[in-house]
Amino acid sequence: MSGRRAWLLDQSPASRAQANAGRAYRLIAALLSNPLAVFGALIVLLLILSAAFAPWIAPESPVGQDLARRLLPPSGAHWMGTDELGRDIFSRVVHGARITLTIVALVAVISAPLGLVIGAVSGYFGGWVDRVLMGVTDMFLSLPKLILALAFVAALGPGIENAIIAIAITAWPPYARIARAETLTFRSAEFISAMRLLGASHTRIIVHHVLPLCTSSLIVRATLDMAGIILTAAGLGFLGLGAQPPSPEWGAMISRGRAFILDQWWVATMPGFAIILVSLGFCLLGDGLRDVLDPKHGDDA
Amino acid sequence: MTPEPAPDVIPAFAPDGPGADALLQVDDLRVSFPVAAGRIDVVRGISFTLDRERLGIVGESGSGKSMTGRAILRLVSAPGRVSAGRLRFDGIDLQALPERGMRRLRGARLSMIMQDSTFSLHPIMSVGRQIDESLAIHESLSRRERKRRVRAMLEAVRIDDPDRVAKLYPHQISGGMGQRVMIAMMLIARPDLLIADEPTSALDVSVQASVLQLIDDLVTERGMGLILISHDLSLVSRFCDRILVMNRGEIVESCRAAELHRAVHPYTRGLLAAVPRLHETRDTLPVLERDAREPT
Repeated sequence: MSGRRAWLLDQSPASRAQANAGRAYRLIAALLSNPLAVFGALIVLLLILSAAFAPWIAPESPVGQDLARRLLPPSGAHWMGTDELGRDIFSRVVHGARITLTIVALVAVISAPLGLVIGAVSGYFGGWVDRVLMGVTDMFLSLPKLILALAFVAALGPGIENAIIAIAITAWPPYARIARAETLTFRSAEFISAMRLLGASHTRIIVHHVLPLCTSSLIVRATLDMAGIILTAAGLGFLGLGAQPPSPEWGAMISRGRAFILDQWWVATMPGFAIILVSLGFCLLGDGLRDVLDPKHGDDA
Repeated sequence: MTPEPAPDVIPAFAPDGPGADALLQVDDLRVSFPVAAGRIDVVRGISFTLDRERLGIVGESGSGKSMTGRAILRLVSAPGRVSAGRLRFDGIDLQALPERGMRRLRGARLSMIMQDSTFSLHPIMSVGRQIDESLAIHESLSRRERKRRVRAMLEAVRIDDPDRVAKLYPHQISGGMGQRVMIAMMLIARPDLLIADEPTSALDVSVQASVLQLIDDLVTERGMGLILISHDLSLVSRFCDRILVMNRGEIVESCRAAELHRAVHPYTRGLLAAVPRLHETRDTLPVLERDAREPT
């Protein structure tokens, strides 16, 4: 073990593979040395695993009703109790991981590239293009996320797809801001001029030369934002504008459990715990990633 | 007030005279930038022609050398403004060309080597891919063919083990190697005219010599036209066929490199006198008189 560790940490690696392995090892070690980040990563891993293996983990179907055993408190048979239709809450929470993960992933996939492109174009061209695009960005930023998402879902109609679209529309402005700020720092750099004098078009410069430089800070930001996305999605679900019953969306489950919150606390609390735990996981992981990936924060690397 | 820069030292090239079929004709080129009091010319109506030869442009900092190079490529960005009586490259009127057509020329037929490779290479793109960019932009070749060209080009700029170097990133290579990569990048599309803007200023003397030798070989081999922009008078006089001396945005001297010692313009004489000699006999090294210049 110590031999392998010495090999990985060798200051003068003998081969390229060793150097790369050593770098990866140091990165992982830095991440592992931060217990909170590890905790966050474990939670996110748990989310992914339960989403992937939901049918095998969950003891029952998430939609199977059994009115004979409605509103049972948590017990050995039903770890998180049952809801008002006699469905096993644990099974529903586990299946809800799928919906949450879908929302988070799709929103990130839609909004991050959208913000990236808008910000990069804005920063690269400057002038009136910048003013117009940043004006639009500011308009989106000036409204609270949830309110804006609510307005979009109300216009588009309730449902999980529309909720995803609405959240994505409200989530891109911060990415645009970041991408613009990054682009401004190197838009007049020599290597961009070099590309211009090679005859590259603006599109090509932005796509091939500007965007890749913005991505790393964007990934960190997206990870940090995922908690917010989860909360917005849960908020929409709670208001009945996200995933529709009977799908086991956590926000919608809390909303149903609200009616029994004083007598049957577990119906609303268990999915609430899930939301808190997963949001916390993404936050901690994002923080850890930022510390590891950002050279300005790191002391060794 | 001050002596007018003598325009009659070497006759300026007549626009439709013997230089009319030259590779590059520049006539009355002006570059101006706005200041509080109006526009100030940084290049003030220079004219020259270039064939497939090596032309050196020398002058001190701020004399408009680099702006001349950039103006030819039409890369003077706003608020700078370029005007010229005539700017023709191989029969093409560069001023009338739309931006799209200009883009097709840049990198493919007109190239420019930048001063410092550490800043001119994209930090997170491998060297091979950056050289490949030029081919990707201008030529439609298969991936394999492009890879072969990149490899051949890296070999041409004397990089050993091109396959390994192509995978490296700019921070992993030395300054001299970076400059070679830069040269490879600018030459892979086989341009007809290469503008080298102080290609060796960031390098130490030994690497400088080898990089210049490399440019020279490529120019001779491929029959390119070369404009070498530098502040190093002795380097340019050794390396080029012809020399233009610029001062305050004007060409004050134009002569064959071999005849530089016979230059007559006081500014050129001043520059020459300020070059230290190996066996120095003068008590004090003359410093260029700057006060005598025309106030702006």
